[in-house]
Amino acid sequence: MEKNPKRILALLLRVLALGAAVSATIVMATSHERANFFTASFEAEYSDTPAFKYFVIVNAVVSAYSLIALFVPWGSLLRRLLVTLDLLVTMLLTSSISAALAIAQVGKKGNSHAGWLPICGQVPKYCDHVTGALAAGFAAVIIYTILLMFSVHSVLNDLLN
Amino acid sequence: MALQNGGKTEGEHESVPFSKPKGRWLLLTVRIVAFLATASATIVMALNKETKTLVVATIGSTPITLTLTAKFQHTPAFVFFVIANANASFHNLLMILVEICGNKLDYKGLRLVLVAVFDMMAVVLASAGDGAATFMAELGKRGNSHARWNKICDKFDSYCDRGGWALIASYIGLSLLTLISALSMIRLMKPKPANQPTTIP
Repeated sequence: MEKNPKRILALLLRVLALGAAVSATIVMATSHERANFFTASFEAEYSDTPAFKYFVIVNAVVSAYSLIALFVPWGSLLRRLLVTLDLLVTMLLTSSISAALAIAQVGKKGNSHAGWLPICGQVPKYCDHVTGALAAGFAAVIIYTILLMFSVHSVLNDLLN
Repeated sequence: MALQNGGKTEGEHESVPFSKPKGRWLLLTVRIVAFLATASATIVMALNKETKTLVVATIGSTPITLTLTAKFQHTPAFVFFVIANANASFHNLLMILVEICGNKLDYKGLRLVLVAVFDMMAVVLASAGDGAATFMAELGKRGNSHARWNKICDKFDSYCDRGGWALIASYIGLSLLTLISALSMIRLMKPKPANQPTTIP
């Protein structure tokens, strides 16, 4: 069948997206650092910020969805549903990465107008860890956008031919 | 390939004028409401500014005042929110104009596909703007005790209120945009004519 390379590509994209989402979840969930200076101890964890919690939850959901979507049979009606679900999932992913980036930017640069000091000076390893998770999340967003276009194209090809 | 389907000829191969498919007015109405929602979110957030003068100390009988301003430009998340919503409302406006005035605009049936793709992109962009602004607003409202960031909404309550209204309008716009995107995709998926060989993908 001449459709095979397209199917393989779609499958490959979904596996990549699964990998990116899983790594984003795990890296963010394991970010934790405790810093001691003088008598004050400063502990930074991903659950301190609701934005990072949202990021972990969304990426976990997306990983589960990607795993299930790998096994949907081709040509069934579920494939059409997959396009809608792909759009929803891309939407969730972009909002989660955007929220996490917003809070991470405040953490790194602070906000002098609001009197918020940056925290990356005190917990640099936590900041690097979070940066890695955000990079994985961003990769997941990009791959899912490509996958969404791909799903729409493949469903359209079935209908316009 | 002779297209025999009756109401929904969509100009696939020739220059068949883009005749009115079902649900065209529904889509147009939803697009207009979504445009109003995203445009109002942009405008409300862009004009969001509050100045407060606090008396810090009193020397003798002259009070020393400190003027603090809260503007949306102070926060990159809100700047992104304004930009994303401005883009979404511009997209809505463009699609409304194309819908109303561009009946003859078609290129080998690609018009519906392009509209659907652009709708999806607008949904993604609007959701990113909303996500960033929501969590930044939550941070401003509740602060973060772990990072020792104080909340600012108790001092700048009308700034926070207006920001909240802009967020609500933007969420309405986002849900309508998802609806529009779903409707555009449904429009693409017209039923297959009966005399076509079923291609098993």
